[in-house]
Amino acid sequence: MPDKKPISSVNDFVVRFANVNGSGSASANEMFARAILRHGVPVSPRNIFPSNIQGLPTWYEVRVTEDGHLGARGGVDMMVAMNPQTWDKDVAGIEPGGYLFYDSTKPMPSTKFRDDITVIGVPLTAITNSTYTDPRQRQLFKNIIYLGALSALLDMDPKLIEQLIGEQYKGKEKLLSSNVHALHLGRDWALQNLKCPLGLRVKKSDKVGDRIFIEGNSAAALGAVYGGATVCAWYPITPSSSVAEAFTAHCKKYRHDPETGKAKYAIVQGEDELASIGIVIGASWNGARAFTATSGPGISLMTEFIGLSYFAEIPAVIMNIQRAGPSTGMPTRTQQCDIIACAYASHGDTKHVLLFPEDPAEAFEFAAAAFDLAERIQTTIFLMLDLDIGMNHRLCRPLKWDDAKQYDRGKVMTAEMLEEGRDFGRYLDVDGDGIPYRTYPGTHPTKGSYFTRGTSRDRYARYSEEGSVYADNMQRLMRKFETAQDLVPRPLQANAERPTKYGVIYFGSTSPAMDEAIGLLEARGHQLDRLRIRAFPFHSSVASFLAEHDFVYVVEQNRDSQLRQLIVNENGIDPVRLVPIVHYDGSPITARFIAKAIGDHQDHLKVTPLRKAVS
Amino acid sequence: MTYIAKPKFHHPGLKKNELGYTHRDYEGKISTLCAGCGHDSITASIIEACYELSIEPHRVAKISGIGCSSKTPDYFLGNSHGFNSVHGRMPSVLTGANLANRDLIYLGVSGDGDSASIGFGQFAHSIRRGVNMTYIVENNGVYGLTKGQFSATADRGSKSKKGVTNTDNAIDLVAIALQLGATFVARSFSGDKTQLVPLIAAAIRHKGASFIDVISPCIAFNNHAGSTKSFDYVREHNDAVNRLDVLVGRDPIAVDYAPGTVQMVEQHDGSKIALRKIDADYDPHDRLGAQTFLARHAAKGQIVTGLLYVDPDAEDLHEHLNTVETPLNTLEADTLCPGSAVLDKINASLR
Repeated sequence: MPDKKPISSVNDFVVRFANVNGSGSASANEMFARAILRHGVPVSPRNIFPSNIQGLPTWYEVRVTEDGHLGARGGVDMMVAMNPQTWDKDVAGIEPGGYLFYDSTKPMPSTKFRDDITVIGVPLTAITNSTYTDPRQRQLFKNIIYLGALSALLDMDPKLIEQLIGEQYKGKEKLLSSNVHALHLGRDWALQNLKCPLGLRVKKSDKVGDRIFIEGNSAAALGAVYGGATVCAWYPITPSSSVAEAFTAHCKKYRHDPETGKAKYAIVQGEDELASIGIVIGASWNGARAFTATSGPGISLMTEFIGLSYFAEIPAVIMNIQRAGPSTGMPTRTQQCDIIACAYASHGDTKHVLLFPEDPAEAFEFAAAAFDLAERIQTTIFLMLDLDIGMNHRLCRPLKWDDAKQYDRGKVMTAEMLEEGRDFGRYLDVDGDGIPYRTYPGTHPTKGSYFTRGTSRDRYARYSEEGSVYADNMQRLMRKFETAQDLVPRPLQANAERPTKYGVIYFGSTSPAMDEAIGLLEARGHQLDRLRIRAFPFHSSVASFLAEHDFVYVVEQNRDSQLRQLIVNENGIDPVRLVPIVHYDGSPITARFIAKAIGDHQDHLKVTPLRKAVS
Repeated sequence: MTYIAKPKFHHPGLKKNELGYTHRDYEGKISTLCAGCGHDSITASIIEACYELSIEPHRVAKISGIGCSSKTPDYFLGNSHGFNSVHGRMPSVLTGANLANRDLIYLGVSGDGDSASIGFGQFAHSIRRGVNMTYIVENNGVYGLTKGQFSATADRGSKSKKGVTNTDNAIDLVAIALQLGATFVARSFSGDKTQLVPLIAAAIRHKGASFIDVISPCIAFNNHAGSTKSFDYVREHNDAVNRLDVLVGRDPIAVDYAPGTVQMVEQHDGSKIALRKIDADYDPHDRLGAQTFLARHAAKGQIVTGLLYVDPDAEDLHEHLNTVETPLNTLEADTLCPGSAVLDKINASLR
C-alpha cells in the first residue's frame, strides 16, 4: 500500500503516456482518448513530441474532464511509463497518490519506484512475445495490449473500444480481429491478475453532446476549402505542414469535377517560403483565392512580400501555426510568439490584420472568413493558430456553413463597369473607406489596366516619388486599416457576477485554460471581467474595456507579452495598468498557472494601504 | 520619363494586324532607361512579336522582378496588366498568376541579377515545374541600377568599367534551363532583332516553360573593352545555329526556302516554326546534343544563339496538376464550396 491515499476520481483525471517516438503508440493512445469520448465524457488530449522521427521520447497526455475543461491541467494522475529513457522523470512527475503503469516483464529495483504512488505492473513484453513472432507486430500490438489492460483498470466499456477498432479497420477484417484479440489479451490479464478498477474510473455520461473531435490544422484547411481557396502554395515546416496536407486531402474528396475528374484547385509545394508567398501573391493579384501555411521562420522569410501585399494592396491569406522561437526555437512546442512579428511584418510603415481563433471550430470559421477579408481589404490576413490548437485533437462545437452565403470578392471593377465609363483609379478612394477598386488582368481591351508595383505611385497607379503623393497614399492605407476594425471578428466580453475593477484580456489557445481559471479565481474570491480578443486591428470595445477597469491582466504565451505591447502601442494607454501574465516554456498554458499568477497579484493588491491602516 | 505623356495620335496609314491593331497599340510608356540601352531593343522586339502574332494586348500579363530589365514591362503593352514585383521573385509571382488564370499569356521579364543571383532558385524551380510562360532574361552581366557591380552571368576574366577583373565563374542560364527541363530554350542578342522577334513569337506560342536569354549590352556600365557583354564582343563572338520564322494559321506555308535548309517544327497550338539552319549538324530536338554543343562552343569563347531546344509536345504545370479548363479565378461558391450537407457528414465522422 502506498503511504499516501490513492487518488480517487471519476471522470476527472490526467493520464500521460510516455513512449518512444516511432513505436506506433500514437494510434493506440488516440484510440484511448476517443474511447473515453464514446463514454460521453469530454477529453482533452495533447501530443508532446520531439523534433525527431524515431527514437526520442514522446508523450501523449489525456485529460479526462467531465466538466469539460479542455485546457491543459498540469500534473499527472496516472503515468503509463513505456519509455525507459524518461523513466525517472516520468515517475517523479506523478502526483502523490497517483498511479504508475509499467511493463513488468523485466524486474525493476525498488529504488526505481516511489512509496506514495500505486504501482501497476503488467508483463506486456512477455504477453506480446508469447503471442506474436513478427517484431513489428510485437511492437504494435503491445500498444493495444496496454490499451486493453487500461480499459479494465479504468472500468471502461470494452465494447466501445471494439466499436472504434471496427470503424478504424472497416473492410480490413484480419487487422480488425487481431486488434480486438490484442485488446482482450491485455484486458483479460488485468482482470485476472490485478484489482480492477482503480480509484480512477471512467463512468458513462452525456457531456460530449454533438461536439466534434478535430485538429485545428485540419479544420483550418477545411475552412480554406469552404472559403473558396483555389491556390495553395506551401513549404514544409512544423507545425504547419498538416494544414497543406489536410487541404490536399479535403480537395481530393470535395474539389474534383464529377464529370471530368479535373481539379478545381492547384497546390504547389514551393521550393521555400519566398516562393510560396510569391505564388499566393501572384494568384491573388490575378483574382484567385490563395493561401499559404507556415510557422515563425517562414514568416520571417515572407516579410518582403508581406510588405508588397500591404503597399501594392494584394490580398493574401497566411496561416501561421505558431511554435516557440526565436530562430529555430522549439519547433514542436507551442507558443503565441509571432504577434508583433506578424502585426508589423516588413520594412516601412506596415500593419496587418490578424485573426485569433480559440479552437478548431473558430479556425474553420476564421479561415473561411479570411478569404473574404483579404479580398475586401485587399491586404494580407494572418490566421494565427498555434501548435496547441493546430496539432492536437480538440473537442469543439460542430462546424457550420450557411448555404446562402456568397463569397465577398471585394471591390472589383468589371468590364461592364468600365464600359459604363466608371472612373478607374487603382488607388483612388471612391467610397471614403480607404479601399480602392481593383481590376483583374485581362478584363477589358482598352480600359482598367494598370501597373502594379511596390514603389510609390499616385491614385491612378502612375509612378511618383512626390512626397505629397506618397503621404496621401500612406494616409489612405491608414484609413483602410481603420475600416478593417469593423470588418474583423469582434472581441467577446464576459463579465464577472459582481461589478469589478479588474479585467483580463486573452486570446487564441489560452481560451479553455482561461475559462477554467476564472472558476478557480472565483473560488479564491477574485472577480474578473473577461475580454477575448479575436482580431487585430483592435475594435473600439478594447479601448472601452481598458477604460472601465483599473487593472487589466493580459494573459499570453510568450515572454515579452506581445499582445500587451500591441495594445499599449495601438491604444496609447499607460502600460502600468496592463499586467502581463506570461507563460512561455513551450507547454500549453494551464488554468492552475493563470489562477496562481493572477490570484497572487490580486492578493498583493488587496494589502491594506498604509494610510488606511493608521487612520 | 514616365511623366511625359506619349502622344496618342499616329499616322493614319499605319499598318494594322489581323485584329486591327497598329504597332502603337502594343507600345507602353516612354522608357526611362539610358539612351541606347539594349533592353529598349528587346522591348521593341516584344512589341513587334505581339503585333505580328495579333495578340490581344490585354490578354497578356507581364510580370517582372526588380532592376533595369524589370522596369521594361511599363514600356510595352500599355493595355496589359503589369506587375513589377520583388527582386528575384518574378517566377513565383508569375507561377501564381498562371495558376489563377490559365487563359492569359504570361510574359516574365527579368535580368541577370534578378534571375542568376538573387532569384536563381526561383528561376530554376519555375522552369522545373513547366509553367506555361515566356521567360526573358535581359542579360547584361552587370547591375545597372546600382551602378556597375558584376552579376552572376559576368564571365570570369571580364573587366568592369572601373577595371576590376571578375574572378567568379559565370552562370549560363541557357545551360541551366536545358538541364532543368525547359521545353523551349533560346539565346539571342538585343542587337539582332531579325533573330529575336521570331524567337519571342515562337516562345509565346509554345506551351510550357520557354526561356530566352537575350544578351543585352549595358551601354552605361558594360560596353567597354574587356567586357564580354559589349556590343562589339557579342557581335564578334555570336555563333547563330539557326534563324526562324513563325507561321501561325493564317500564313501560307512558306515554300520559298531552299530545300534541305529548312526544318519545320509544329507547335502544340498548330503554329509552325520554320527553322533555317545555319549549322547543318544542329538538331533543336536533342536536349543532350544541345547541352554538349553549348559547352563545346562556350569553351571556345563563342556565344551560341538561336533556337537551341524545343519540345513541341511539352506539357505544362496545369496538365501536371490536372486542373479544370475554366480559370480558377472565375470559380465561385457554387462550384467551390461543398456545402452544409457535406459538412454535416464531416461532423458526423468526427464524433
